[in-house]
Amino acid sequence: MSQIIYNSFDREVHPAYLTPEYKSTIYRAPQKPLVLLKQSLSELTGPVFGDFNVGPLDHDLTKNTVKNGEPIGERIIVHGKVMNENGYPVPNTLIEIWQANSAGRYVHKVDQHEAPLDPNFLGAGRCMTDSDGNYKFYTIKPGAYPWGNHYNAWRPNHIHFSLFGANITNRLVTQMYFPGDPLLDYDPVFLSVPPKGRELLICKFDLGATEPSFALGYRFDFVLRGYKQTPFETL
Amino acid sequence: MRQTPSQTVGPYFAYGLTPEQYLYDFKSLVGNEMVSPLDHDRAITIVGKVFDGQGVVISDAMIEIWQNDGQNQLFGRFGTGTDAESRFIFHTIKPASVNGQAPYLSVIIFMRGQQIHSYTRIYFSDETDLNTKDAVLSLVPEDRRDTLIAKNKGNIYEFNIYMQGENETVFFDI
Ligand SMILES: [Fe+2]
Repeated sequence: MSQIIYNSFDREVHPAYLTPEYKSTIYRAPQKPLVLLKQSLSELTGPVFGDFNVGPLDHDLTKNTVKNGEPIGERIIVHGKVMNENGYPVPNTLIEIWQANSAGRYVHKVDQHEAPLDPNFLGAGRCMTDSDGNYKFYTIKPGAYPWGNHYNAWRPNHIHFSLFGANITNRLVTQMYFPGDPLLDYDPVFLSVPPKGRELLICKFDLGATEPSFALGYRFDFVLRGYKQTPFETL
Repeated sequence: MRQTPSQTVGPYFAYGLTPEQYLYDFKSLVGNEMVSPLDHDRAITIVGKVFDGQGVVISDAMIEIWQNDGQNQLFGRFGTGTDAESRFIFHTIKPASVNGQAPYLSVIIFMRGQQIHSYTRIYFSDETDLNTKDAVLSLVPEDRRDTLIAKNKGNIYEFNIYMQGENETVFFDI
């Protein structure tokens, strides 16, 4: 008999809670040591979503909220595979995304950046991975935007991602960046990732996924926490 | 293969992850009504606030609750930006005890300024016997155990989350 134990966060690639260059972490990062928990039923399970949850256009941000035309900006395709550390695909799992429009403006009410809203672009989408762990979104390349962290602070182009995976230990919220973005060298959110992890957050241009005369393709794969099998503990 | 690194949920998650709660014109997949309170005689309400290290209430956090006692699997999600007092509110049922453990809810916390989400648990103040014997609560230093126990008035349980400070909530490495 054996039992499955999910790996912890790989601290060699994840950011620390406290990274003072990103100022909001200073009063929000937990300071006391985490308590190590033996995984039980609740940790080894998680919410299950089905295709029934996702609307037919939810994966296409260029269409899912149009009002009177097409959104402005560069159409792109973002696709890839969700796997775990053991190398197995993660099928039928929910991916949610949100992002700024091509001008670098979020629809969110607290975004005060003076760039135009796009009436045909909300910037939210979601899909389920297929039986091989693959996913695909159509969207508009997000613009860079300024923020108040420090003087002349700008966020690089990025798309926010939320993934569930096999159970609640697999939960992942992250941001995907674009290759060659000069702002990456100045962004304390991106730079809070240890050097070993940084390239894992940058998608790759993918000519194979590019649709002729329509949209550039980018590939971005996810690796969620994997597991070990250990002999069953006898009490 | 290496894990994909985590990044903060940021301040602008609402229209993507909790759109209906924040009145955006996009369907929510999940909300804070994990059960319909009218349909359940065991319905409970969980209500609380999230505080930063300066004691300021955080109005841009997102809380997720997952519970699985073998009978009911329930999931909820709520942002702290729509309530006048920046509270989170969930309607659910109290889970049953599994193998003699104290009943609990699993909680995942996301916010701007947090680069990896935090995990905690909600235990219940009216389960004193099970709480006292519980293996997980026993792992927690005694003077911090209280941070994991929601206090009830009837079927309303209050659970505040302190990111830092003397009363910092216990967060788990799961
Ligand atoms: Fe962003």
